[in-house]
Amino acid sequence: MSGFEWVVPVILTIITAATPLVFAAIGELVTEKSGVLNLGVEGMMLVGAVAAFATATVTGSYLLAIAAAALAGAALAFVFGILTLSLMANQVATGLALTLFGVGLSALAGQGFVGEPVKALEKLNISGLTDLPFVGPILFGQDPLVYLSFIMVALVSWFLYKTKGGLILRAVGDSHDAAHSIGYSVIGIRYLAVLFGGAMSGIGGAYLSLAYTPMWAENMTAGRGWIALALIVFATWKPGLVLIGAYMFGGITILQLHAQAAGLDLPSQVLSMLPYLATVIVLVLISKDESRIRKHAPACIGKIFHPAA
Amino acid sequence: MVYMTPVYALLLTIASSTVLFSALGVSPLEALNNFFILPVGDTYGITELLVKATPLILCAIGLSIGFRANVWNIGAEGQLTMGAIFGGGVFIYLYDVDSFLLLPAMIIMGAVGGALWAAIPAFFKTRFNANEILTSLMLVYVAVLVLSLLVHGPWRDPDGFNFPESRIFSEAATMPVLWEGTRLHFGTVLALVAVLGAWLMLAKTLVGFQVKVIGAAPLAGSYAGFSQKKIVWFSLLVGGGLAGVAGVSEVSGPIGQLLPSISPGYGFTAIIVAFLGRLHPVGIVFAGLLMALTYLGGETAQINLGLPVAVTGVFQGMVLFFLLACDVLVNYRFRFKSYGKAAS
Repeated sequence: MSGFEWVVPVILTIITAATPLVFAAIGELVTEKSGVLNLGVEGMMLVGAVAAFATATVTGSYLLAIAAAALAGAALAFVFGILTLSLMANQVATGLALTLFGVGLSALAGQGFVGEPVKALEKLNISGLTDLPFVGPILFGQDPLVYLSFIMVALVSWFLYKTKGGLILRAVGDSHDAAHSIGYSVIGIRYLAVLFGGAMSGIGGAYLSLAYTPMWAENMTAGRGWIALALIVFATWKPGLVLIGAYMFGGITILQLHAQAAGLDLPSQVLSMLPYLATVIVLVLISKDESRIRKHAPACIGKIFHPAA
Repeated sequence: MVYMTPVYALLLTIASSTVLFSALGVSPLEALNNFFILPVGDTYGITELLVKATPLILCAIGLSIGFRANVWNIGAEGQLTMGAIFGGGVFIYLYDVDSFLLLPAMIIMGAVGGALWAAIPAFFKTRFNANEILTSLMLVYVAVLVLSLLVHGPWRDPDGFNFPESRIFSEAATMPVLWEGTRLHFGTVLALVAVLGAWLMLAKTLVGFQVKVIGAAPLAGSYAGFSQKKIVWFSLLVGGGLAGVAGVSEVSGPIGQLLPSISPGYGFTAIIVAFLGRLHPVGIVFAGLLMALTYLGGETAQINLGLPVAVTGVFQGMVLFFLLACDVLVNYRFRFKSYGKAAS
């Protein structure tokens, strides 16, 4: 085993870097599948991060903290829903407004918590299993949210492709007029999808402030919400590929940290650019094949539904 | 009606911010006084308003051209930063040159830097169909890191006690002050030129017409033989160039050197300015002044009331929310009729 003892810690840090992306991207995937493009992921993540941190410091309960994050993200998503679904505002502009608002609101709410530490989310410890060499800490030594992220991907995948509800949701995203004409409530279904996306983004933010770096700092998402949006394009709107993509990006983020620790002679700023540059490159490579994007993207994405009554 | 919605949006924002201030335990009247009245209570305050509005207007004019044509460049913050790097770089490498041509060279290079940075999403969009929202935004983070790299490393002031700052710009590299005793500088003139230029471009030129047609009716545009790709390139290059000018006018104006952080999010606030100004050059001037006031107000409220600067962001976000919400009044008409009657 000697010489490979770095493998386990590297994998463990990749998992913590990828988990917030998994949550945010899988939530937004459901939103987009219903035909709504919510660019406010970054704002919802930040609000979730601060809500979780504040709740954890005040109550000490991590369960409550995660619930608060989900609620905060969903609340912001609800504002988005009112504007775009009920008032038929432009989705791109509203999503941008949501991010700008979320950045400000989270900084305002979190001003009293800057620099305060919180105990990191506790990791699972099953005596016997977690102590196993190599596989133990990876398979049985994660915090509950990591397991939840995998469960959510599986659930979303099952829901979208194996249930009637999922079929309806995809129908609404692909042809809102057809779905409306056979009697489904396009607006109602889209509200649910938007709220789910908000809650998941909120939990993704919670993971940042409770586990990835257990603290609160203004703008601590550092563009992860936007990377999550790019991940969905990368995954061509497929849940399983979202998971793979998130771990790839987690890997790039961590590569950057470990390259610094290993004494690689590159300025830290150059290494910090890697995730953003990788996102651009991946987007370009994926988008090149226009027909593939068109085949997989929900046909009604970003379009306003206006029932011809 | 189209021009009334910004007023409604502002009134609604003020109404909801009184609720917010009460929740924060601050007297709403005192807060509003600190936000909107005190900062512009004297002539110095009014010139400061123009100083803050200058980069907002420059960026928003460029963005508005793109938004009209459905080109969603949201990376103005990065293009502004790159403009500051290119323009500032001219000074860094020619710091012992004392020529009246130095400043013009810096402004031109600033525009080139911003335009080059915006050319990346334009190329990816037209050649590879990559979403310009995501690529232009990712490049914001990259540009800020490039600036940080330069001021921490090769461009650090050799006599600066190791602070991450460049040399202080010389007289020849500084925007002339328009009004002695204030910080009002030549950049404001550049912003007004941009406003006038954009207005002429949109109202009088073919390319302005193409921008409007492609934005409003893409199919009609393509039947008329207008090139979508050309408009993507045009609006991104103009937007990036103007943001670049904003960047160089900040570092050679009020800031006077390159620092790791040169903008409190002007490039992002400019998105709100563009919408609030109804994507119209003249509207953008008013919207830019209003958003500049929220920056000043945020600073005053921080000093006098101990409110965090982040209030500014909340305020700006709310304005945009309410504006978009009020637009429903423009696009649709309320009818108070029961379905039963309508059917008969």
